[in-house]
Amino acid sequence: MNTIDHHWQRFTLKQKLSRYAVYLVLVIAFVQSIQSVEVIPEFLLDAPEQMADMFSRMWPIDFAYYPVAVHDAMVETLNIATLGTLITLIFAIPLALMNASNIVNSAWCHWISRFFLVSSRSVNSLVWALLFVSIFGPGVIAGVLAIAFRSIGFVGKLLGEAIEEVNMGSIEALKATGASWMSILLKGYWPQVLPAFFSIVLFRWDINVRESAVLGLVGAGGIGVVLDDSMNLFQWDRVAMSLLAIFIIVILAEIVVVNIRKRLI
Amino acid sequence: MASINSSQNRENPFKQNWFVTAIWLLIICYVAYSFNAMGLSWERFNEGLGHASNLLGRMVPPNFSRWSLLMSGLIESLEIAVISSICGIFISLFLGLFAARNMMPNWISTPVRTLIALCRTFHPVIIAILFVKSVGFGALAGILTLVVASVGFIAKLFAEAIEEISLKQVEAIRATGAGFTSIILFSVMPQVFSRFIGFSTYQLDSNLRNSTMVGIVGAGGLGGTLFSAFQRFDYDFVAAILIIIIALIMFGEFLSNIVRSIFR
Repeated sequence: MNTIDHHWQRFTLKQKLSRYAVYLVLVIAFVQSIQSVEVIPEFLLDAPEQMADMFSRMWPIDFAYYPVAVHDAMVETLNIATLGTLITLIFAIPLALMNASNIVNSAWCHWISRFFLVSSRSVNSLVWALLFVSIFGPGVIAGVLAIAFRSIGFVGKLLGEAIEEVNMGSIEALKATGASWMSILLKGYWPQVLPAFFSIVLFRWDINVRESAVLGLVGAGGIGVVLDDSMNLFQWDRVAMSLLAIFIIVILAEIVVVNIRKRLI
Repeated sequence: MASINSSQNRENPFKQNWFVTAIWLLIICYVAYSFNAMGLSWERFNEGLGHASNLLGRMVPPNFSRWSLLMSGLIESLEIAVISSICGIFISLFLGLFAARNMMPNWISTPVRTLIALCRTFHPVIIAILFVKSVGFGALAGILTLVVASVGFIAKLFAEAIEEISLKQVEAIRATGAGFTSIILFSVMPQVFSRFIGFSTYQLDSNLRNSTMVGIVGAGGLGGTLFSAFQRFDYDFVAAILIIIIALIMFGEFLSNIVRSIFR
């Protein structure tokens, strides 16, 4: 018997070939893109100089601008993020219920809910904001709705997965007592998904704080409007003030979310 | 013998949780306050609904007549996504390794972690604005933006994946007298490779989405085309661009599912 020739291989030939095919496609795509993308090398060369110029214009940060415009805009930004997250729930909870196979057992419902969830996620929040600005005009309402519609896909998908993971024992026990549909949802599913629900919503809120800071660039309210205005006027010291405010708020939001999640889970 | 009194000592199995109730009350108060503070009202919303039907009516036959413009924007977006994903993943491989606290001493991992966190703090659009200022309009600003965004996201996940590996295999390889590179290649990489592929395909996906957006501030790709179509009120062209974007993203998701199943 010759055992020497049968040395161990981690992957089969087919696995190896398909892996190499992926690498090959990646390399081809990369080379092709590098060759055809329109990049002007001179621009890259003087980038450090331009960067230095930008930061030197930013430097004495215009702190006096904070009480004038930045403070109100920051509060508005936080309100857009929070209200948007709350409005999302109105749409996301029914879609999540429809998407969970242990609640609704119909392929049609799954396809409908999945369609809404995927299209909500595919369209970026700035694009949603553009759409809502052209419907409701520039202002806060467009920002709130843009945040809400962008978050539906995220919250709905994760919440649906959390619902699918519940322990069915207590649900069956409730069913055996003859509980109504509503009480099964409220007393059977809800307590089990509660921690997941809060952590998903908080996580999305954290993302929404970041996103609502830029919605103003297309006119949907918040700190972005102030940022856009001072950029168009080349007041880089005020731009720096707005960026600093955004930076602090984002860090604070992350700290708050991490702390609440630690308590909840 | 006392009879069993069923009406007393009967606790409600579903007790009222006052903490949760207080949270719900707080949320309701907040909604009322914020509606007031931001001047949102039902009339405003209702008025908008009329505009919405008008807008949808103008979007309905999507206008694909400017096909060449659409395709050039789409191809630029794709190129931005591919280049920035590959560069971003390549950089993240090293940064993730340097940021893993079980592989590196503290004085290396802490600065690298700070750098990664800094990349993640700002929204890609804000980074794009800064890069548009420093390297000018066009695809280069978009590529640099998405490289930064990718590093912020996957370098962190890479580092976390590396921190979760089992150190027994590292020890086994080290016991054979292997050098640092061999330890990384033969004991760390095999444990984390499939997760790396998962994160990378996810990042390629999200770069594809973001590359259609950074154009709004002038960083190249389909976003610029979309923004100018909005400003010219060409809503039928907007509808065509949106359909293309959604189709592109669905195709990207399909491809990344295939790649994930190959590397499972």
